[in-house]
Amino acid sequence: MTILEGLKYTKSHEWVKENGDGTVTVGLTDYAQQELGDLVFVNLPLAGDGVTAGEAFGDVESVKAVSDVFSPVSGEVAEINEELLDAPQMINETPYDAWLIKVENVSDSEELLSAVEYEAFLAQGE
Amino acid sequence: MEKKTPLYDCHVAAGGKIVSFGGYLLPVQYETGVIKEHMAVRSACGLFDVSHMGEIVLSGPDALHNVQLITCNDMRGMYDGQVRYSPMCNEQGGVVDDILVYRINEESYLLVVNAANKDKDAAWISGHLSGDVQFRDISESVAQVALQGPNSVAILAGLVEDAQIPKKYYSFVQEADVKGIRCLISRTGYTGELGYELYCAAEDGPKLWNLLLEAGKEQGLIPCGLGARDTLRLEAAMPLYGHEMDDTATPLETDLGFFVKLDKEDFIGKAALVAAGEPKRCRVGLKVTGRGIAREHCPVYVGDKQIGMTTSGTHCPFIGMPVAMALLEKPYGEVGSEVEVEIRGRRVTAEIVPLPFYKRPKK
Repeated sequence: MTILEGLKYTKSHEWVKENGDGTVTVGLTDYAQQELGDLVFVNLPLAGDGVTAGEAFGDVESVKAVSDVFSPVSGEVAEINEELLDAPQMINETPYDAWLIKVENVSDSEELLSAVEYEAFLAQGE
Repeated sequence: MEKKTPLYDCHVAAGGKIVSFGGYLLPVQYETGVIKEHMAVRSACGLFDVSHMGEIVLSGPDALHNVQLITCNDMRGMYDGQVRYSPMCNEQGGVVDDILVYRINEESYLLVVNAANKDKDAAWISGHLSGDVQFRDISESVAQVALQGPNSVAILAGLVEDAQIPKKYYSFVQEADVKGIRCLISRTGYTGELGYELYCAAEDGPKLWNLLLEAGKEQGLIPCGLGARDTLRLEAAMPLYGHEMDDTATPLETDLGFFVKLDKEDFIGKAALVAAGEPKRCRVGLKVTGRGIAREHCPVYVGDKQIGMTTSGTHCPFIGMPVAMALLEKPYGEVGSEVEVEIRGRRVTAEIVPLPFYKRPKK
């Protein structure tokens, strides 16, 4: 399982990349995609929609089940990864490239973990 | 406390993701994942642990009489080594379970029942016996595996004498010798694919499992979990107890009329089924045409009117689209009609399509 240095993580297994221009990019971690299994459907918000830290902004579905994806930050959706709508398996194949949304006007944030802290968090759960 | 099947250690060793199902700890998938496992069964072969199924033997001079009483299908005229499917009804015509009946000989029948219903079924069956008949629940002493897929016959052929491989669909060979392991082999399954189910003594289970996996390696055989079992049976539109059937829906409503022989002398539930007349609901297939995946218990609408509920649904890997089965009010069940399914508060369009969603190509 891969955890990338330089990204921040949530306890609900999203990764967050701070882009340096005030926007952040959000995706699902390698651990999350492994737990979810083969993904076959992704439901994302629209650009311009508001998202709230700690609340669901979309969902991903495997053959077996549907799971919410939680926003690590509050803000406004700047862009969504439309490629995923037709190819949700990209999240399984390359979870750190297959971003879900970019958020701008970030006003609030969940408690975010560093790579080391996230690794420790995962180890704790096992 | 969940039980382990005789193959539990094999699943853990193979990286199976263990979940609780019907009172048993079983793999929902292996590291390969549900989609690859599903596709293996359609294109090559898959091996499933189905030891959680229950096995009950009724024997004695009045065995057939008792089997007839608890099943809707007619079990007369079967030959030794034949299998028949049947719903088992309660007095109201609802379904207690759906079972397979194996005729060992004219005075001995093996009944295979669903794991989740095993205790209920055992109580139901033993509570309705009459005359000279013995009841034995042998579930704990039996391991069962399902070898399913187009390559299954070639894999078996390497391990079993040809005469001991059942040739007809829904037939079985009672005492086959699989490299020294005594098995009952039936040509049955729950995937819509060519396949076999093998029953052996619980203690021989792991040996049989490993033997089959090794023998099938070059034929693309992989172990498959409950996830693929469910997507395969859905694609083949095979009903699952607790979804398409339950204590309240009759087998006539759930499109199992073929297995209900109302001209049979008597069986539990017959009077209620006759009195109910033409069913008011029907089981249909839905192809989701909008964006979303309909799962079980989604309300189905035409305009503002709710016309029924989905009973099972997911994204099916081989046909590559989300589909569902639903119980609808009969006038709305016509193939080609457009309906709406409410998926977590959102209406999504779907079309009624013929069942099954997938049919094995005939050679």
